[in-house]
Amino acid sequence: MMILSGDGPRSKALSALLIVIVLVLALAPFLFPGAKPANVAANICISVLLVASYDLLLGYAGIVSFAHVMFFGIGAYGVAIALYGLGASWGALALGVLAAIPVSVVLALAIGLFSLRVQTIFFAMMTLAVAYAFNVLASQLSWLTGGEDGRSFQVPEILRPGFKLFEGDVFGVAISGRVLSYYLVFVVCALLFLVLLRIVNSPFGRVLQAIRENPFRAEALGYRIVFHRTLATCLSAAGATAAGALSALWLHYTGPDTALSFSIQIDVLVIVVIGGMGSMYGAIAGAAVFVLAQNYLQALMGKLSSAAADAGLPLLPGLFHPDRWLLWLGLMFILAVYFVPTGIVGRLRGRG
Amino acid sequence: MSVIDAGAALPRQRIDILPALTPLLVALVAAPFIGSASTFVTLTLAGLAMGMMIFTMASGLTLVFGLMDVLNFGHGAFISLGAYVATLVLLPLAGWSQADSLGANLAVLLLALLAASLVCGAVGFVFERVLVKPVYGQHLKQIMVTIGGAIVAEQLLYALFGPEFIPLPLPASLRGSFILGNAAIEKYRIAATIVGLAVFAGQMLILNRTKIGLLIRAGVENREMVEALGYRIDRLFIGVFMAGSALAGLGGVLWALYREQVHASMGAELLVLTFIVIIIGGLGSVGGCFIGSILVALIANYAGFLVPKLALVSNILLMVVVLLWRPRGLYPVSGR
Repeated sequence: MMILSGDGPRSKALSALLIVIVLVLALAPFLFPGAKPANVAANICISVLLVASYDLLLGYAGIVSFAHVMFFGIGAYGVAIALYGLGASWGALALGVLAAIPVSVVLALAIGLFSLRVQTIFFAMMTLAVAYAFNVLASQLSWLTGGEDGRSFQVPEILRPGFKLFEGDVFGVAISGRVLSYYLVFVVCALLFLVLLRIVNSPFGRVLQAIRENPFRAEALGYRIVFHRTLATCLSAAGATAAGALSALWLHYTGPDTALSFSIQIDVLVIVVIGGMGSMYGAIAGAAVFVLAQNYLQALMGKLSSAAADAGLPLLPGLFHPDRWLLWLGLMFILAVYFVPTGIVGRLRGRG
Repeated sequence: MSVIDAGAALPRQRIDILPALTPLLVALVAAPFIGSASTFVTLTLAGLAMGMMIFTMASGLTLVFGLMDVLNFGHGAFISLGAYVATLVLLPLAGWSQADSLGANLAVLLLALLAASLVCGAVGFVFERVLVKPVYGQHLKQIMVTIGGAIVAEQLLYALFGPEFIPLPLPASLRGSFILGNAAIEKYRIAATIVGLAVFAGQMLILNRTKIGLLIRAGVENREMVEALGYRIDRLFIGVFMAGSALAGLGGVLWALYREQVHASMGAELLVLTFIVIIIGGLGSVGGCFIGSILVALIANYAGFLVPKLALVSNILLMVVVLLWRPRGLYPVSGR
């Protein structure tokens, strides 16, 4: 249990679910060869990291931020700009990541110091405004970011699809650069997830939870609220930046739609709530369920929409159009907030 | 034992004049950089008009927050809704709005404003009862539920009206501009300024001269005390929420006519702007919201002319400067 920081899933059903998800993710390239399943699996891994780092803020510290995707974007753009400008080398990649993380942390520190002194609700509004301004800047500074088109770039040789590690196949699957990329994403996400789990179960994490439950009392016990909240913001920003860097590395592309779009922020919020706020395991369960639904339910919606159009029903084709995916997501989100506030994890732990 | 004289006047509240002077200061500082007097007049008046429109949208939000601590992220959806309702009035009645008669033009415009306010007020009622009421006092859930509501509302607007931009031409007699000396002043901006000032004056009258206004102000200062005196603050709140939604719709119409197009994404964009404005003004303060709106709009206009690159982030910079000066906004409401 050391590796789980002493914070096990505490439920047989939840343990089983998590083991299945992690095993499937670990063996994904062998179980489901092909481009689309690989994308889905990598997407789940990156979402787990992004959502877990958001949960540190929302679930453990009780702070609502709308700038999480901005930090994700900083990571993605850091890698993109470095690899685009300096060429496809490991040095450039490292430079991109090492430059992006301090940028994120300093920005998080500034936002935190500015708005967490007053009220957490200030923070929600501030982050929304800052994230919006950042989006505008990123699409305007096209000499740096490629503007609306974004940046496509080459990754180091080993990670390219054409690269082969061995001559032959392993269990019928060629170990290409794509498979190696996937395992890079998987391993980094898994490690950082364990780090986050360690953080929330440390004394620092306990203080965060105390502040969330009763800030006055925590302060009276001698904990500096602003310090803890701001530190949580910075740690969470660093996690999101790492997720963004991995995402850019996987996609070989960074643009406003993949790295900064507000709909990613909404996805993250929805996943945290569906998975279960205030539990890191919620990130794994929520991300897996959500990404699978996003990739396979949208197709179903398209079929429903055209079926409704064929049947001549009014309005329904519009409501089920795949572009209206967010509508159903929003409804699901509201219902989850009302009726299943503890999410999948809470339900499986039997205190739904 | 001293006798308390019930008839004695309360000590006069000191009026904090400094923040109210900031727009003037900004204008004075910007003037020499702009140079030409006519450009300065045009920019300033355009800024005032824009400020009035923003104020119309933001004032409801700040009161709703002040009264019940409800931060409504769905406010933007009402802005878009108002604009779409206006298209339903103005486009079929294009005969009136494009007729060469000021009376018919204004009548159809008023009809559009009225329809937008009524629809938004009614939808605001449903929104409050269904979404906001069950989570009174739970900040985290409130934020999330209103965001969910905003997403659903925006997507419904897309489903109902289509994802395209809908052009919304101005009524004929509000197009074009007056020439005052060398400065060109768009007619529509004057109309928008008048509407905005009327909203401000109306709000000030209601808040300062009626019993309901007294209760609202008291509720913003100290909700529990008003409740302890036996007033149903939740009834008051739903009224304020509906009025705020109606004003958002009104502002949406003004903004859509100013841009001459309607799109469901405008709500989210303007939500960010209204947040900045009410943070600058001080959460819960209508006067602060008024000053904040003018300040944001003036600086956006001046920056857009002087340093266009900076204009994109001028709002954020302004917010940072104001919060450095007064961490709780220009006119902080006590107890907050």
